[in-house]
Amino acid sequence: MWLTRPFRERATRLFLGILLAALALVTLLNLAVPVGHPLHVSTYAVTLLGKYLSYALLAVAVDLVWGYLGILSLGHGAFFALGGYAMGMYLMRQIGDRGTYGDPVLPDFMVFLDWDSLPWYWLGFDMPWFAFLMVLLAPGLLALVFGFLAFRSRVTGVYLSIITQAMTFALMLAFFRNEMGFGGNNGLTDFRELLGFDLRSDATRLGLFLATGIALALGYVLCRAIVASKLGRVSVACRDAEARARFLGYRVERFQLFVFVVSAMLAGLAGALYVPQVGIINPSEFSPIFSIEVVLWVALGGRATLYGAVIGALLVNYAKTVFTGVMPDAWLFALGGMFVLVTVFLPKGIAGLLCLRLRRRAATSQPTAGEAAT
Amino acid sequence: MSFLQSLADRDRVFDFLAPAASPVDVRHGPILYLEDVSVSFDGFKAIDALNLTIDDGELRCIIGPNGAGKTTMMDIITGKTRPDTGSAWFGSRHDLLTMNEPEIASLGIGRKFQKPTVFEALTVFENLELAMAADKRILPTLTARLTGEVRDRIEEVLATIGLIELRHAPSGILSHGQKQWLEIGMLLMQRPRLLLVDEPVAGMTEQEMERTAELLTGLAGKGRQSVVVVEHDMGFVRSIARTVTVLHQGSVLAEGSMDRVASDPKVVEVYLGTEEEVD
Repeated sequence: MWLTRPFRERATRLFLGILLAALALVTLLNLAVPVGHPLHVSTYAVTLLGKYLSYALLAVAVDLVWGYLGILSLGHGAFFALGGYAMGMYLMRQIGDRGTYGDPVLPDFMVFLDWDSLPWYWLGFDMPWFAFLMVLLAPGLLALVFGFLAFRSRVTGVYLSIITQAMTFALMLAFFRNEMGFGGNNGLTDFRELLGFDLRSDATRLGLFLATGIALALGYVLCRAIVASKLGRVSVACRDAEARARFLGYRVERFQLFVFVVSAMLAGLAGALYVPQVGIINPSEFSPIFSIEVVLWVALGGRATLYGAVIGALLVNYAKTVFTGVMPDAWLFALGGMFVLVTVFLPKGIAGLLCLRLRRRAATSQPTAGEAAT
Repeated sequence: MSFLQSLADRDRVFDFLAPAASPVDVRHGPILYLEDVSVSFDGFKAIDALNLTIDDGELRCIIGPNGAGKTTMMDIITGKTRPDTGSAWFGSRHDLLTMNEPEIASLGIGRKFQKPTVFEALTVFENLELAMAADKRILPTLTARLTGEVRDRIEEVLATIGLIELRHAPSGILSHGQKQWLEIGMLLMQRPRLLLVDEPVAGMTEQEMERTAELLTGLAGKGRQSVVVVEHDMGFVRSIARTVTVLHQGSVLAEGSMDRVASDPKVVEVYLGTEEEVD
């Protein structure tokens, strides 16, 4: 089975082992260690970590298309935000008549705008299964249409990057408009509960953190399975020599579309897990800057490794939390500095550093592997 | 009723039972048959009443000065260029002039271009795997498994092109010559009946040339592949050729063994003479 193939790889087992151990450790330190003890992990920190994990899943999705397909998407924030909005719409409908205006159906911002009924695209979002389906389908559909047009016209390279950027920018402007019916620049917020669990309770927050961690593990395994399959090798072939792959009989644009849509759905899932943890979704998630930042995480962590994307997302976001706490003004300089340093000294990112050590160890154990044939 | 009976006939060969490898009919000898082919571009006759016959399993070298029509001839065989007049047959059943490029390729005519292009990030083995004739749609590719049969086929081709030791090396580290062999291997994975090879030894070292000569002569054989090599390097042609065809101004000037062709005064005049002066 192609889906179980990753479990046979040592690196994947190691990654999953570390991730699951970390999830267990955080849970233990949160629940079993008394508050006030230096080892106690507060619920605030758990939610922060959960947010990082959802970013890590987004980074994995970006690495799948950038690292293995050679498509530098500067608009993956759009898929993330769409997934987030789908989740946000469900959470809004869950508020019911407990909003400020007490309307049993309409969210507060619609009452405020004097709307008398729900727009058609809000229908169905009171049902969790429908909303969760939309978390995957909305970004997937956008990626399908966008990708179909772009790949069919053989738009690649920097031009594709620019139009992905334009796509997320256009969506941001659209979602800023109150008439769109997504809460305008305030977005969706004031969430109460998810599937009946109070979003403000500690137990729900821990549960969301664990769910995000497991989603990251599953998303990672899915991406790894794709990458380790023949389809993954065809993707790399399309990345490096598109014309040659076409000459061998592969319909390059279909492979690009498939991987792009899978990646967009993963990004949407990441967004859906992000929203209940931060408690708000607004159009700033569509901002081009955010999408570019995601690409930076992947570049810092190491492209085309998947685990590098996770490392990059976690490290950069941790650094961001620390920096913006200590010296808020210096953060962008620090981010720029990190990027320059990694590009100059670690062209393959942090993962490249890990790989290099492994390869050195392998090289000393079996020398002249390359010389045998010359 | 008779239909049911026909299904039960023991001597009946169903389509799915027939060997799928080659639908090409070579019972009458030639695998490639060009007759009276002409093509002109803006009044310039690139190919002028060309007649060429390649036998099944033959290794044929085609030489000729620049502009003699070698590349145009390859383009016609692979369906890239349509001739103005004449006919081109693959075996005695397939009219090449009615088919498009992918159809001709899937029928078993493989073409190797001058500049090698391999997937540098993938290993030699993986390059061959991708080149193999298989269902190339999305889901079959996603769920494709390396069966023993596939593995055997890849190992067989690895042995043929002499890259067994390097099977797990990324093809980006291969030398120029090794990349050329890998690309020939990628063609072989598609089990072609006719290989068109354009200037295989350009830029190769002496030793690489020798090994390429061995490879190409080893490939040609009845029931396996027929090979057509277009080459400028006369030393190389001399080392592999059994039959040489000299093209000049779009038609065949001379044909025969290398010695006979080389002593033909017409050939000496238009080609070998100038070639030696250049050397």
